[in-house]
Amino acid sequence: MANKLNLEVVTPTKLVVSDQVDLCTVPGTEGAFGVMANHAPILSTLTIGEMHYQKDNDTVRVAVSGGFVEVSSNQMTVLAEAAEISDDIDVDRALRAKERAEKRLQEALSGREDIDVARAKAALARALTRLKVAGKLS
Amino acid sequence: MASLKDIKQKITGIKKTEQITKAMNMVAAAKFRGAQERMEEFRPYAGKFSGVMGQLSATANPNAFPLMEEREIKKSMVLVVTSDRGLCGAFNANIISAAEQFLEEKKSQGIEVAVGCIGRKGHQYFSKKDIEVTIEIVDCMAKVEMVDARTAGKECIRLFLDGEIDEVHLLFGRFVNVVTQKPTFKKLIPISAADLTEAEAAEEEQAGPKATYIYEPDPEEILNILMPMYVNVQIMAAMLETACSEQAARMTAMDNATRACTDMIHELTLAYNKARQASITAELMDIVGGAEALKG
Repeated sequence: MANKLNLEVVTPTKLVVSDQVDLCTVPGTEGAFGVMANHAPILSTLTIGEMHYQKDNDTVRVAVSGGFVEVSSNQMTVLAEAAEISDDIDVDRALRAKERAEKRLQEALSGREDIDVARAKAALARALTRLKVAGKLS
Repeated sequence: MASLKDIKQKITGIKKTEQITKAMNMVAAAKFRGAQERMEEFRPYAGKFSGVMGQLSATANPNAFPLMEEREIKKSMVLVVTSDRGLCGAFNANIISAAEQFLEEKKSQGIEVAVGCIGRKGHQYFSKKDIEVTIEIVDCMAKVEMVDARTAGKECIRLFLDGEIDEVHLLFGRFVNVVTQKPTFKKLIPISAADLTEAEAAEEEQAGPKATYIYEPDPEEILNILMPMYVNVQIMAAMLETACSEQAARMTAMDNATRACTDMIHELTLAYNKARQASITAELMDIVGGAEALKG
């Protein structure tokens, strides 16, 4: 049997994933990268985006936002501020969040100055990632 | 002596109180379990986080980070984490008096002070006092959310970076065990390198030998991103622990109240029976006396 990588995805509220996987791809701030078993130790920060891992022949998609990832001695730990497996994503909520963020950005464009554009953009990115991972993005 | 009716009424009243305190005890017990679970779930995250922070700060130069800068203390702030609701014994009072003591001490050293409040009880107290309240977050303890911790953390960091405040301490109800909760201080900002390395040492024992990491981006930049998050994590941990302590304190308080009720009911029942006995005796005496008188 090929070597497996021990993957753990931890958020402040719960342990989202704890599994033996073959390959895991995460959205690093400097670009996405994949990790397989026996990867050299690495520490990288994460951006808002999709991570996915392969186990046997199944691929599981996870929406993550913020945090960092640490790999050492075949143990990969993803510490994210939020992480949801595709099946657990609340699509309605994500849709609402998307609309809200879009509206705010629109308002900011039309001259309202009290809006935190960076925050609205981040919110939009999070919502889009969730929708994409859930496969509900048209 | 109180009349039979009065005593009876009192007994009924206390029985009702007893029912309520008993129910509250059970509710607190259930909530306590939930709070404890959340605290345990958060622990791996916090532990890992501190571990990585320690590891990074060992490789990076601490003077390069604004959040680690030790300044001369002109103004100090304490972030007080209390519960939202009362009826949990002296829990909040203990935290508040610890805060007061701290503030007094700082004032006597000629340092200006401010407070930040997480939780309604602390806010209620400090908003009536002649003191600057910088952060007010209430109604957040029933379900502790990262959002609240983030809001508080952001504000602390802003105050520190703007130079308005030179240090931030965190005060929360540390959960020792179900019967003991202890108001505890923790220095939040500036982040001290010693704290980090200590946290790392603890993590190290579990993690085994150290490896040389590939850092992406470089360690300084990672630290810059992680430091604000670290502050949030600390606040979050404090909130979770306070929430847990609160429920534990309420459990104990309600248990005591229930016991006090049982005692009172016992005493009152005794008094009631005595009074009843006395009235029967008095009545009998009357009847006997009347009969004797009729006999002539």
